[in-house]
Amino acid sequence: MKKYILKRLLLIIPVLIGITIITFSIIHLTPGGFTVVNMQMNTKISPDSIMRLKALYGLDKPIPVQYFDWFGRFIRFDFGVSFIDNRPVIDKILERLPATILLNFCALVVIFVFGILIGVLSAVKRNTAFDKTMTILTFIGYSVPAFWLALLLMLVFGVQLKIFPIAGIVSMNFDSMNFTEKIFDIAWHLILPVFITAFGSLAYISRYMKSSMIEVLSQYYIKAAYAKGMPEKTIIYKSALKNSLLPVITLLGLSLPGLIGGSFIFETIFAWPGMGRLAYESAITFDYPVIMGVATIAAFLTLLGNLIADITYAAIDPRIRYK
Amino acid sequence: MNRMMKIGMIASGLLVVLAIFAPLLTTYDYKAQNISERLQQPSLKHIFGTDEFGRDVFSRMVYGTRISISVGIIAVLIATFIGISIGAISGFYGGLIDNIIMRIVDIVLTIPTLFLILMLIVFLGPSLINIMVVIGLTSWTDIARIIRAEVLSIKKIAYVDAAKVIGLKESTIIFKHIIPNALAPAFVYMTFGISGAILIESGLSFLGLGVQPPVPSWGNILTSGKDYIETAWWLTAFPGLAIFVAVFSYNLLGEGLRDYFNPKLKREK
Repeated sequence: MKKYILKRLLLIIPVLIGITIITFSIIHLTPGGFTVVNMQMNTKISPDSIMRLKALYGLDKPIPVQYFDWFGRFIRFDFGVSFIDNRPVIDKILERLPATILLNFCALVVIFVFGILIGVLSAVKRNTAFDKTMTILTFIGYSVPAFWLALLLMLVFGVQLKIFPIAGIVSMNFDSMNFTEKIFDIAWHLILPVFITAFGSLAYISRYMKSSMIEVLSQYYIKAAYAKGMPEKTIIYKSALKNSLLPVITLLGLSLPGLIGGSFIFETIFAWPGMGRLAYESAITFDYPVIMGVATIAAFLTLLGNLIADITYAAIDPRIRYK
Repeated sequence: MNRMMKIGMIASGLLVVLAIFAPLLTTYDYKAQNISERLQQPSLKHIFGTDEFGRDVFSRMVYGTRISISVGIIAVLIATFIGISIGAISGFYGGLIDNIIMRIVDIVLTIPTLFLILMLIVFLGPSLINIMVVIGLTSWTDIARIIRAEVLSIKKIAYVDAAKVIGLKESTIIFKHIIPNALAPAFVYMTFGISGAILIESGLSFLGLGVQPPVPSWGNILTSGKDYIETAWWLTAFPGLAIFVAVFSYNLLGEGLRDYFNPKLKREK
């Protein structure tokens, strides 16, 4: 097991480096960018000042040299300073990270709990009204654009019924609240964004869980359990559930890039002060150091999530470990 | 042909017809501003209401079909071309080439696709062509994987050996004898790819990084919907519904195709 974890940890390094190279190439090899935008905003800017601007940000050096400069600082956890406000990139990311992790963690819990619940129930009650309704609902869930659903929920629950707040993570009077009120306030703000973030994967996972469960239920050892007279509840919720969970765990790991990628649309809609919005802001302002920082951290989080999923998988299923 | 496939085919076909005959189906110019009629509720005159410039939302949505459908189809064609070439090379040659290609696929899969697309669009500039190319460039991995798996199993079949024995060129074997037999499952992914591309395009346009106004797309009408969410519900409701219907049709077609190509299901019936 130790060897397996070590092997997987070492595999993260080349993938992470690959990602930084791809991101760096996109930033520096595409025609648009920081200096072009500066030229468009200020048409009187002389080629001389452009050169000085480039030198100031280190953009005048050959691109491989720039990459190794960046990489040298990156391994010391130094992501440089933002072009926009000169603040260290790592500070900008760290202040946004908790909101994003909170949102995605809650979403993952919702996906996991409800996805499995719906999947198992549909498999057990196959071809009943519940199963049919869920099949239709998950199918619709696949096709609904989540950002539109976000707008609809804002329209109904935020604007019309005024039940949920439509923006931000805390209320205006947050500072004057006591501790329990603060927790309640954040939870209240979390409900809509978590639902939207979880929505797409929820449909996917519950559907997958159902087919995985159906497959396990048709195995001989389940029939054997029935034959020797085990109670049905024990068979379904102990023997079958455990075995059908395996592939779903990997899927959860694989759904992370989608969650993180989706978060910048949802965070923009809900004015959520997270990393997704930072990513969006940095991209449209050509803030190179922040883009690199966000891309690296997002990729690292994804890889970490995959690793945890794989380790869990290996811990439950000995067949994986000894391959 | 199963029912899902039929309905999906009819619905997605209708969307293409809508896109092609847009000028015949609309009574208003999608660009025509009329400030005296701005933000009007749906009525007989403007069945989907008007936007903040007094433009007819129905006409804009019909023209928006053109953007969504063309982005969906062309992006998927680009993705398919890349995916088939890479998947076939990877599966046919195996060994080191396969290993390198699959590691690259792993890396691409780890970057949040939407972030990658957003970055590329920002740096290349938002235009219809760029959106098609960027979505195509970032969504070939599924097709590459499925084609690779198919090629791996097909190349073990005796007819490929026979083709080698009679001295056919490798490229002829790959393109004429292996790929055509590996295409069936790729069709399923292509159909899902179209609905995925429609979703991404509308998301990008919604963020202001897609098709630029005054050219209408479902996504950029939704942007106005968000800005006027407190007063004009119709700007949010209708374009979103259009995206949903389009995505739903192609997903239905994809599901139908998947069942159609799945011999296991046929036997059950």
